[in-house]
Amino acid sequence: MNIIAKWYYRLGAPNWFYPLAGKMIPWVAAIFVALLIPGLYMGLVTAPADYQQGESFRIMYVHVPAAWLSMFVYAAMAIAAVVALVWRVRMAEIMIISSAPIGASFAFIALITGSLWGKPMWGAWWVWDARLTSELILFFIYLGIFALYNAIEDKQTAGKAMSILTLVGVINLPIIHYSVVWWNTLHQAATVSKFDTPSIHIDMLIPLLLMAAAFQFLYLLLLLMKMRANLLEQDLASGWVKKIVFERQKNLKK
Amino acid sequence: MSPLRKKRMYLVMLLLTAVSVATFLIIQAFNQNMMFFYSTTEVKSGAAPTDRDFRIGGLVVNGTVKRADDSLLVSFDLTDSQTPVTVQYTGILPDLFREGQGIIAKGQLNGNGVFVAEEVLAKHDENYMPPEVADSIQKAQMAQTEMPAMPANHKN
Amino acid sequence: MAEFFHMGGYAFYVWMSFGISALVLLVNFLQPLLKHRQALREAEDYYSEV
Repeated sequence: MNIIAKWYYRLGAPNWFYPLAGKMIPWVAAIFVALLIPGLYMGLVTAPADYQQGESFRIMYVHVPAAWLSMFVYAAMAIAAVVALVWRVRMAEIMIISSAPIGASFAFIALITGSLWGKPMWGAWWVWDARLTSELILFFIYLGIFALYNAIEDKQTAGKAMSILTLVGVINLPIIHYSVVWWNTLHQAATVSKFDTPSIHIDMLIPLLLMAAAFQFLYLLLLLMKMRANLLEQDLASGWVKKIVFERQKNLKK
Repeated sequence: MSPLRKKRMYLVMLLLTAVSVATFLIIQAFNQNMMFFYSTTEVKSGAAPTDRDFRIGGLVVNGTVKRADDSLLVSFDLTDSQTPVTVQYTGILPDLFREGQGIIAKGQLNGNGVFVAEEVLAKHDENYMPPEVADSIQKAQMAQTEMPAMPANHKN
Repeated sequence: MAEFFHMGGYAFYVWMSFGISALVLLVNFLQPLLKHRQALREAEDYYSEV
């Protein structure tokens, strides 16, 4: 790769991405709220109580979307890791490091709400079954990725190391998904992603899908915000930040 | 793709393959330990450990739940639809405990082949529906007088 | 309304779940806002000195 193309990759992309993300943020936030409000209302109020679990099953409406997203975020990071390693696109590394704390938060929420659901229904806050353990491992992988990037001073080396770790950890995703099929677990099997009809009543399913879509947009919103902040912080001395600062000052003077 | 990128792509795929193979081997080695519980048939046939606590899983057999009048002692039969095992437990049962429910108990077998549990967990299924729908399904099943279904992932 | 907050006796578990989730996500929302503001201020200081 010649030196010009390299500098283009390194500096050209943020200059284009930063204002675009800024324009997208309010729209993404609006869609998130538009999905969240009916999702919460239907999930907490209009969905009927479960025949076995009563009202406690409503924990599902945060637990399941958070668990799905904890895996979705990782899958997105793994794709970005391939792009970062093969094409050396720095923006992919920024995407990974910005996603890691969001994914960790979703995994954390899935674990905590699962615990709050498990205590009244199963009779235990926590058990070391394959599903719960593999989700806990996912949480620690997220922390590991975040810690590794921040521990290495040179961000080019840090980005490469982090991408490799992200790829190594992707093996955990099929393990989490199939853990309830491969092994005896206390956790029940999949409800929605089965090939036959979902074993959930339609009035309970609709709020679940709304909440899952809301979480999806929340991830996009948080990702855009974090990427902008990380880019600005890392590129302090580069041309595109200089341009933004001067334009801002010009607008303030007006 | 340039030759350099192609080489990097091969390295990425090699990394993924190596990690997959390593994980597969680790899982193979620990497969037995990944099982959260033993079925009642496995326990009766002696597949479960005798020197330490283990978990047994099955459905509570209808009409076998007996509670003591003066204590929290409760006894019930668990079955995987082939072999029943009697379980004794002293303590508070989870909210989902009822006849026909999937249950996982942790403890040991005593000399009489009775499983003495120190912990009882309820395993719920992946079905969610309002009570009225559950009632109508149950009525339809009663009409056919079917055996209760096994817990979804309980195949051993 | 009281019945709604009671959640069939599972109030603690249900509201803790939603509460903790909201809190964690709120932190995720505020953190980049603060970081962005901080980075912008640092950039402004940097270029006013040059």
